[in-house]
Amino acid sequence: MGFRASDAARAATAGDSHQALRRLLAYLRLYKSQLGLVFILIIISTILLVIGPLLMGIAIDQYIEGHDVTGLARISLAMVVVYLGSWLTWVLYGRMMAAIAQKAMNTMRRDLFAHMQTLSLSYFDRQPAGDLMSRLTNDMDAISDLLSQNFTQFISGLATLISVLVMMLILNVWLTLATLLTLPVMLMLVGVIGVRSRSAFRKLQRNLGALNGLMEETLSGQRVVVAYGLQEKAVSDFSAANELARDAGVRAQTLTGFIRPLMMVLTNLSMVVVAGVGGYMAIAGIAGVTVGLIAAFISYSRHFTRPINQMSNLYFTIVAALAGAERVFEIIDEVPVIEDIPDAERLSDAEGHVSFEHVDFCYTPGVPVLKDISFEAQPGQRIALVGPTGAGKTTLVNVLSRFYEIESGTICIDGYEIREVQQDSLRRQLGIVLQEMFLFADTVMENIRYGRLDASDEEVKAAAKLANAEQFICRLPQGYQTELAERGSNLSQGQRQLLTIARAVLADPRILILDEATSSVDTRTEAEIQEALLRLMAGRTSFVIAHRLSTIREADELLIIDKGRIVERGDHEELLALKGFYHNLYMSQFRGQMVANFESEKNVSRL
Amino acid sequence: MTSFRRMLHYLRPYWILIALAVSFLFLATVVELLIPLQIERIIDDGIATGDMGIVGIVTLEMIGLVLLSMLFSIANVILSVRVSEHSAADIRDATYRRIQQFSFGNLNELRTGELLVRLTSDVNKIKLVVMMSLIMALRTPLMLVGSLIMLVLISPTLALLLLVLLPLMTGIIWWFTVKSGPMYEAVQRRLDRLNTVMQENLAGVQVVKAFVRADYENERYDRANTQLMNKSIQVNQLVVLLLPTMVLILNLGIAAIIWFGGLQAINGQMTSGEIVAFVNYLLMTMITVMMLGRILPMISAAEASAGRILEVVDSKVKVQDKPQARPIDPEQVNGRIAFENVTFDYDSDQNEHEVVLKNIDFVARPGETVAILGATGSGKSTLVNLIPRFYDVSEGRVTIDGVDVREVTKESLRALVGVCLQETLLFSGTIRDNIAFGDYDASQDDIVTAAQLAAADDFITSKHDSYDTVVGKRGAGLSGGQRQRVAIARALARRPKILILDDSTSSVDVATEVRIQKALDDKLEDVTSFIVAQRISTVLTADNIIVLDKGRIAAIGNHRELMTSSPIYQEIYESQLGDGPLNGNGRPQDGI
Repeated sequence: MGFRASDAARAATAGDSHQALRRLLAYLRLYKSQLGLVFILIIISTILLVIGPLLMGIAIDQYIEGHDVTGLARISLAMVVVYLGSWLTWVLYGRMMAAIAQKAMNTMRRDLFAHMQTLSLSYFDRQPAGDLMSRLTNDMDAISDLLSQNFTQFISGLATLISVLVMMLILNVWLTLATLLTLPVMLMLVGVIGVRSRSAFRKLQRNLGALNGLMEETLSGQRVVVAYGLQEKAVSDFSAANELARDAGVRAQTLTGFIRPLMMVLTNLSMVVVAGVGGYMAIAGIAGVTVGLIAAFISYSRHFTRPINQMSNLYFTIVAALAGAERVFEIIDEVPVIEDIPDAERLSDAEGHVSFEHVDFCYTPGVPVLKDISFEAQPGQRIALVGPTGAGKTTLVNVLSRFYEIESGTICIDGYEIREVQQDSLRRQLGIVLQEMFLFADTVMENIRYGRLDASDEEVKAAAKLANAEQFICRLPQGYQTELAERGSNLSQGQRQLLTIARAVLADPRILILDEATSSVDTRTEAEIQEALLRLMAGRTSFVIAHRLSTIREADELLIIDKGRIVERGDHEELLALKGFYHNLYMSQFRGQMVANFESEKNVSRL
Repeated sequence: MTSFRRMLHYLRPYWILIALAVSFLFLATVVELLIPLQIERIIDDGIATGDMGIVGIVTLEMIGLVLLSMLFSIANVILSVRVSEHSAADIRDATYRRIQQFSFGNLNELRTGELLVRLTSDVNKIKLVVMMSLIMALRTPLMLVGSLIMLVLISPTLALLLLVLLPLMTGIIWWFTVKSGPMYEAVQRRLDRLNTVMQENLAGVQVVKAFVRADYENERYDRANTQLMNKSIQVNQLVVLLLPTMVLILNLGIAAIIWFGGLQAINGQMTSGEIVAFVNYLLMTMITVMMLGRILPMISAAEASAGRILEVVDSKVKVQDKPQARPIDPEQVNGRIAFENVTFDYDSDQNEHEVVLKNIDFVARPGETVAILGATGSGKSTLVNLIPRFYDVSEGRVTIDGVDVREVTKESLRALVGVCLQETLLFSGTIRDNIAFGDYDASQDDIVTAAQLAAADDFITSKHDSYDTVVGKRGAGLSGGQRQRVAIARALARRPKILILDDSTSSVDVATEVRIQKALDDKLEDVTSFIVAQRISTVLTADNIIVLDKGRIAAIGNHRELMTSSPIYQEIYESQLGDGPLNGNGRPQDGI
């Protein structure tokens, strides 16, 4: 029945999908010889199917009218054989195509996923995860349908159309013309409807888009709507958009709904014309028309209009799928921003000497985030990064990991510039522990093992022990084999962090990057985390985005960062003595407030 | 089919249109059924007897019939589309209205994504079935019965063939449906697994990169991908058999008619025209059966969708006004808020006792600032959410000036309260619209004042379009701290009697946070405020600090009192602000 709204609208905006088609076909090239066979089978199957009515006509004219029972038996048997042959070839190519399509899809999915693994973080920042997911699921599904069904349907439809036409022309030119008499009128009508429905669908898609946008936004902010008691306004906004979408839907669907009755009329009219004109010609004895021939032509006129109908529906699905393919190829075409230089060296067993020299960086051109950052960390040193939110602490860590490429300056590890070593080898030297690190929906064991895949169970357990995670893991229902829910949501925040630390312990990196938790977890877990982190940092060069005074005090050096610059550096005592930025920050963040509080409390008598 | 049947309720307002649509459908079908009979007349009465007149008349009659059936069909389409689109819009509307009655308890159970799917694709599936039924499916019984009668009329003996063909076809369709159903489910499961791998990879992209696990991830994906492929090939190779087999049976039927019918014709029991007509009617019957085979799975899909929609519509609204609830007059409100022995568990109605708050008992006097501190999951947000009745208490009561919040209307209650939720939710539109969200009459002065109090005025006016700066969905274009400040301004713009800030300054730097607090302390003296906080520096100046631990009040008092009386509070203080001299453990207070 017709085509779906979204398909048509996508078709309308599909633009040039030729390239997408070419590239899709490239995925099929691997199966070139099999596809050739499929193509031949389609042709054979279609021709056999089309021969059927011809045999029927012969049966009626020669054997039934001629009272020839043996002839009738022979031709009936021939019909059975022809139809069986058509079935066999059809089934064969159908099964082959199903396998080819799924294999091609498999390759395409693999390419896509593997390519995504090479893309830099900046790409994922830019691309909303929901949009990516939709391309990888919905669009891939559409392509899968296209390859497994639509292509073959389209080809067999086309083959049917051509062979029926050829067959009819061979049988009788005049009756063929009579059959096709109504075709131009109908095609014209369908064309007119098509043009109109396209604009109707565009409008429908706009209205649907507005409706979906409104629903998505209101529902995701539903708590605010509830809190502010604005439900009635939400309903009236929705109803208005809902009505617009409904009315556009009525118009678009009605227009396309007309196509089916029109096509039906085309079928019936051709039948009638064949019967009428054929009857006239048979009686008048023109061009050797017989009853059998008329019967065959009536059969053909059914065969003739069905593929037209089918193909007009398919057209939209195919164009929609190609638009989906375009979106998928967009991902594959995305060039990784950060690539290894051709003869990049491997960094192995770093000592942990890190230096930044005049590093500048920006996420978006023109908005610098890091400006002229220079510092040096000796192996085993602990560096605390301190500064207000948004000062650039996390960014500093991101460029050290080469998640993002710096604008100018150099970053070196053990004297190797990080741009000149292989990214893999660089990151193997680094251990990153963030506040909220991602946990996979897998067992606790496997989540820790993610730190080093070849670690034995014993090594994993030892790491968990060192990270103070063993205790809580053993209390879990299945211990290390406990399955974590999506994102580890069945663990507390503190427990998640302990697992993350265990992962880093197992990875045993030379350089550590830590983001201390700001939010409070319960005090015992808190102490356990602190202890685990201290163990982890021992003997490694560490960078800590610090929120705790104790961490700051114990650091070998503090880098005070404000608005992307290092404004002060030194240890805690030195910096306090400076009475500069750090002193102010320290006063407001950790101390000053309390003093103010105690002083003002003397004047306030609310309690 | 019970869910789907209940959905039919939404068709009731359109019964006249439906009756008309079905009538037109029947008329069109009857006309169509007559056509093969007419062709037979041309062959047998016209050609066989050489009567040109009959050929001409019957042809003209047929053209008339065909055009008539087209008109009927078009009328049917117009009506059917109207019915299906309108009833679908009604279902959406009803579902959406129900969602608008939901409280937080309901929203916890049904996530935004799930609600959206129900409102869009689930409703569409039902719409499609309604439309298909009105345009095609309902004519199948008539088509079947009609062509069967014709077949029997033409040749009762040949019609016996149907006793073989029909059961065979339905049997095969049934076999395929039964056999492929579980296989499709298996494919769906594998597809889900593949998508989960993908989704995790996207969500954890930083971890993947940090641990250099691209190869491992590729392997994981390949495994899921190959499993999906194998199952897909299996099911597709099965399903691909259905259509050719149906066509084969149909064609073998035709061959049988030619043989048996031919024999009868040779014996003079049948005419050639009748054979042609018989073949035509057989085609009609079989195509109808095949169409049914295509529509049935759609109906079972619609049944599942209907179930999902009804789940929303049937959700019990958890917080409702009592029949005798009266509005609360904002002018009369002093803002004394009392929790009287309040206990709360999310699933009180499911006997699943996970107590979130237990025996909470305290009083906030008018104008006081109450800070709530505690670990994640200790019940802080829940506690403040009980005041505007986002949830209802399980035991005890929450009162405003002595009146139980459950005795007044939700609307008037919530009008008193300015809430800043933990999750900062802004809407697309201008900053001005966002701040005025709670209060459509807010003047420019009100808005600016609210923004100033929330320390948002500076950054807003530094923007090119100032208050008319457009922000995207969920406040895209603003930083986390800026979003939070706009949200605070939004809560303040409605000049609330009660202010609730649920961890609303977590992304704001400490200096700004201090500014906001000072502004609130100075300017909102008669507003009772509740501040949920993670950072201890946020709570220092509060009149009263409640320390929650696993749903109970572990300590209550102001900063100085708690520093001497509460070990838990001291511990939290220690862990966040260090072991400094202020605790009196040694070093003098040297102006640090």
